[in-house]
Amino acid sequence: MEMSTNLLIFSGLALLMAAAAIAAVTTSRIMRAVTYLLFVLFGTAGLYFMLHYTFLGAVQIIVYAGGIVVLFIFAALLIGKGIIDVTHTSKLRYLAGVLASMSGLAIALYLIVNTTFITDKFTTDGVPMTVVGSALMGTAKHNYVLTFEVLSILLLACMVGAIMIARKK
Amino acid sequence: MFDFSTITTAIDQFLRDIMPSQAALLVECVLVALCAVLAYVMFAIVMIFMERKVCAAFQCRLGPMRVGPWGLLQVFADVFKMLIKEIISINNSDKVLYNLAPYLVVMSSVLTFCCLPFGEGLLVLDFNIGIFFIMAASSFGVLGILLAGWSSNNKFSMIGAVRSGAQMISYELSIGICLLTIVVMSGTMQISELVEAQRDGWFIFKGHLPAVIAFIIYLIAGNAETNRAPFDLPEAESELTAGFHTEYSGMHFGFFYVAEFMNLFIVAGIASTLFLGGWMPLHISGFDSFNTIMDYIPGVIWFLGKTFFVIWVLMWIRWTFPRLRIDQVVSLEWKYLVPIGLLNLLIMTLCVVMGWIF
Repeated sequence: MEMSTNLLIFSGLALLMAAAAIAAVTTSRIMRAVTYLLFVLFGTAGLYFMLHYTFLGAVQIIVYAGGIVVLFIFAALLIGKGIIDVTHTSKLRYLAGVLASMSGLAIALYLIVNTTFITDKFTTDGVPMTVVGSALMGTAKHNYVLTFEVLSILLLACMVGAIMIARKK
Repeated sequence: MFDFSTITTAIDQFLRDIMPSQAALLVECVLVALCAVLAYVMFAIVMIFMERKVCAAFQCRLGPMRVGPWGLLQVFADVFKMLIKEIISINNSDKVLYNLAPYLVVMSSVLTFCCLPFGEGLLVLDFNIGIFFIMAASSFGVLGILLAGWSSNNKFSMIGAVRSGAQMISYELSIGICLLTIVVMSGTMQISELVEAQRDGWFIFKGHLPAVIAFIIYLIAGNAETNRAPFDLPEAESELTAGFHTEYSGMHFGFFYVAEFMNLFIVAGIASTLFLGGWMPLHISGFDSFNTIMDYIPGVIWFLGKTFFVIWVLMWIRWTFPRLRIDQVVSLEWKYLVPIGLLNLLIMTLCVVMGWIF
C-alpha cells in the first residue's frame, strides 16, 4: 500500500523533472530555460521531502530556487536580449554537447546499476535538526566543520572580489 | 485548551473505515488543500476590507459604505468584477512566463500560509525544520515577480520588478536573522514546539531586550518584504504606474493582489507565532487561576487576535509614513538593520549561554 503511493509520487516527480530538464536544454530562450530549470530543482526538493530529508529539501529550495535561479535571472536581465543568442551554434558544438551528455548519462547509469543501496538504514522519521546541526559543526569523524570553514573562506573571497569589481575607482 | 487534532483524527479514522488507506490519504490531501485555499481566500477578502476601512479611518473618511451594511459586500463585488474581467495578452511578450508568473507568487504564498499554527493541532505543515521551511517557501515568490516584470515587455514593469527583487532579497536577510534569534532562544525550529515552548510566557517577554529588538526589526523587514509603504517603491503608482503588475488584468492581477495581502497576513502570523505566542493564551507563570481563565478563550481567537493586531500596526505604518527612495531603502537594510540584527543575535546567544532568559 505505502509502497505504491510512494511509487506514484516518485513517478510524478521523475516525469516532471525529466520533462522540465529536456525543455530547459531544448528551448532557445534563456529566460524560459531558467524557469524550466526551476521546475527541475523543485522536483529534486520534492524527492528529498519524499525521503523525509526535510532539511535537505528546504536547503534545495532556499539555495537553488530562491538563490541560484534568482541569480541566473538577474544575470540574464543584466546581460540583455541581444547578447544571448543560442540559435547559431556550430556543428562541432552540437557534437561536443551530445558527447558530453551521453557520457554523463553513461556514468549515471553505470553508478545506478552497480550500487547496492543500503535500504535497511533508511528511516521515515527524518533527521532531527540538532543532529544535522551538530554534524555540520562537529569535529568528530564524519563531521563537517572543516568543510564548513573552508566554504566560508571561499564565500568571503567571493565577496571581497565582488566589492573590488563593483567599487568606484 | 481544545485540541483540534481530535477532530482531524476522527475524520481520518472515519475515512479509513470506509475506504482503503491509500484512497483515504488522497481524500485527506484534497480536503486539506481545499480548506487551506478556502481559508487563504477568505482571509484575503477580510484583509482587503480591513485595509480599506483602516486607510479610511487614518484619512478621516468612512471608506466603502454603499454595498451592503457598512460596505461589507464591497469586496465581494470587487472579487466578482475581477473574476469576469478579460485576461489581456500582451504583444511581443513571453506568453508562457507571463501566464506562469502569478501562479509562482501565489504558490509561494500558499505554502507559507500552510505553516501557520491557527490553533492546537490546527496547522497543515509541521516539519521539524518549520521556520527554515517558511523561509525557503517564501524565498521563491520573488521569482514570480521578476518573471512577471520581465515577460510583460514594459519598461515600467521591468524597473518595478528589479527594484522589488533587490528589495526582497535584501530584506530576506534581516528576516532570517530575526527568526534565527528566536531559534537560538528556543532551541527548536518546529512550529508546534515553538508555540508549546511559550506556554509559560510569550517569547517577547521571555527574551526581553533582544526579543523586542528582533520583533521591531522583523516588523520593519516584513513590511519591506511585502512591498508595502513606506517600502512600496517597486509599485510606486506615481512613477512606475503600478510596477511589475502594470500589464496584468483580470484574475492574473487578482493573484498578485491577493498574494500581496496574504503575505502581509503571513508576516503578521509569523510575528505573532514567534514573538506573541501563536495560539497560546497569555500565561504568567505562577498565576494559575489567571492562566485557567485565559485558557477558556479558544486558541484560534488568540491567534487571529494577535495576528490582526500586528496587521493593524503594519497598516497604521503604511498609511502614516511617506515612501522611501531606493537608496534609502537599501541603505536602511544594509547599513542599519543587518548590523543591528547580527549584534542582536550575538546578544541573544550571550543571554542564552548565561541563562539570562526567563
